[in-house]
Amino acid sequence: MAHPLTIALFGITRDIVGASSLTLSIEKSTDVDSLLDQLRAQYPRLTELNSLLVAVNSEYAEGNQLLKKGDEIALIPPVSGG
Amino acid sequence: MLSLSEQTRYQKHLLLPQFGAEGQEKLKAARVLVVGAGGLGCPVLLYLTAAGVGKLGVIDPDTVDLSNLQRQVLYRTDEVGQPKVLMAVTHLKKLNDQVEYAFYHQALRRENATQLIQDYDVVVDCTDNFTVRYLINDVCVSLGKPFVYGAIHQFEGQVSVFNFRNQDGKLGPTYRCLFPQQPSDLTVPNCAEVGVIGVLPGLIGMYQASEVVKMLTGVGKVLTGELLLVDVLENTQQKVRVKRRPDAEKLIFPEPGAELVNQDEPSLRSITVADLHQKLEAGEDIFVLDVRNLNEYDICHLPQAVLIPMNTIPNNVKRIPQDRPVVVHCHHGTRSANVIQYLQQNHGFRNLYNLEGGIDAWARQVDETMAAY
Repeated sequence: MAHPLTIALFGITRDIVGASSLTLSIEKSTDVDSLLDQLRAQYPRLTELNSLLVAVNSEYAEGNQLLKKGDEIALIPPVSGG
Repeated sequence: MLSLSEQTRYQKHLLLPQFGAEGQEKLKAARVLVVGAGGLGCPVLLYLTAAGVGKLGVIDPDTVDLSNLQRQVLYRTDEVGQPKVLMAVTHLKKLNDQVEYAFYHQALRRENATQLIQDYDVVVDCTDNFTVRYLINDVCVSLGKPFVYGAIHQFEGQVSVFNFRNQDGKLGPTYRCLFPQQPSDLTVPNCAEVGVIGVLPGLIGMYQASEVVKMLTGVGKVLTGELLLVDVLENTQQKVRVKRRPDAEKLIFPEPGAELVNQDEPSLRSITVADLHQKLEAGEDIFVLDVRNLNEYDICHLPQAVLIPMNTIPNNVKRIPQDRPVVVHCHHGTRSANVIQYLQQNHGFRNLYNLEGGIDAWARQVDETMAAY
């Protein structure tokens, strides 16, 4: 069963998506890597980011971490300005 | 021991029970290197100077640009075109002359980074590009130094303390634990391209300065193992917990030719007018080089000075000795700094000193009979 997931966006990912957050429907037993694949298919410019931190419930998540209903996701790219 | 004037200057620190004289002494014993004297560097430098850090180094290759002034609050409109590090230290000295300053008008590069960073206890990353951010990470990890990271994008900022050794002896995460690979500066744009709200670097820089003070004094909880995200549009703050990767040390210097070159490249060294006066009075063999124009020389000059105007330096390099100290001066210290940089980089000079404040400082502080202009 699919369920919706809200993803907070930071830095350049905000500009690529054109919003500060997005909602996505994911299948059960989706992990972080497949979520990223889904997002990259929808927003091809995300592919250009070779470093992108995914946080799940305010914690750094590895690619194989499974996502649960209600998880809070954030996409955090590196930022260069100073 | 803190002097009486230090006790007055830092009175409000001394009143804090967690801080006290002990905390102030720790600050005084610390050496901090600020990489980048731009949006983040300005507040970091101002507050660390005010706080009474013992030695403050600043490295930046840039000159002040009119478009910097919207956020780089250390500089003034009439300083456009001047080297940032020179102007920064000029202002900071007036704020607190008990701090020892070192400035390097150059970029942090692979060739100079290790030599420079090893002389400091903490590095503050206030740069505006990924190349230097990753270089700071890699050199600090290789030397075992902590660094305070800050970065900004439009209305949001990131702060963390990386490679920090906790009380239990364990090292915290590094920048590459969050972002292992260096993105191209083309895929992730910087402020120069996408803009930034002026107050943001002030805010983020202040977080960085606060972390520096906390880690040096041991007051409070250092922002290690966490990335702080600040958004001024929504007024939100969140922290993301991050662990050190077991291979953090293996991630550094991934590019070929990763071995560090330890080149002996001198930075811009300087001398005050009081020091020069004392050395000349003591009869030390110093070559004084005046790089102003003839009309300026005619207004006033030091009796022992040799005049070689800046634009004629390349044709007169042979007239400048390399076997004894050479003090280079102009009106205020900017042209002479440029001449020193040129001679060091192109002709391998290692014996040059910039006269701080130029002949103007001499006229004001040493010889009041000298004409000032």
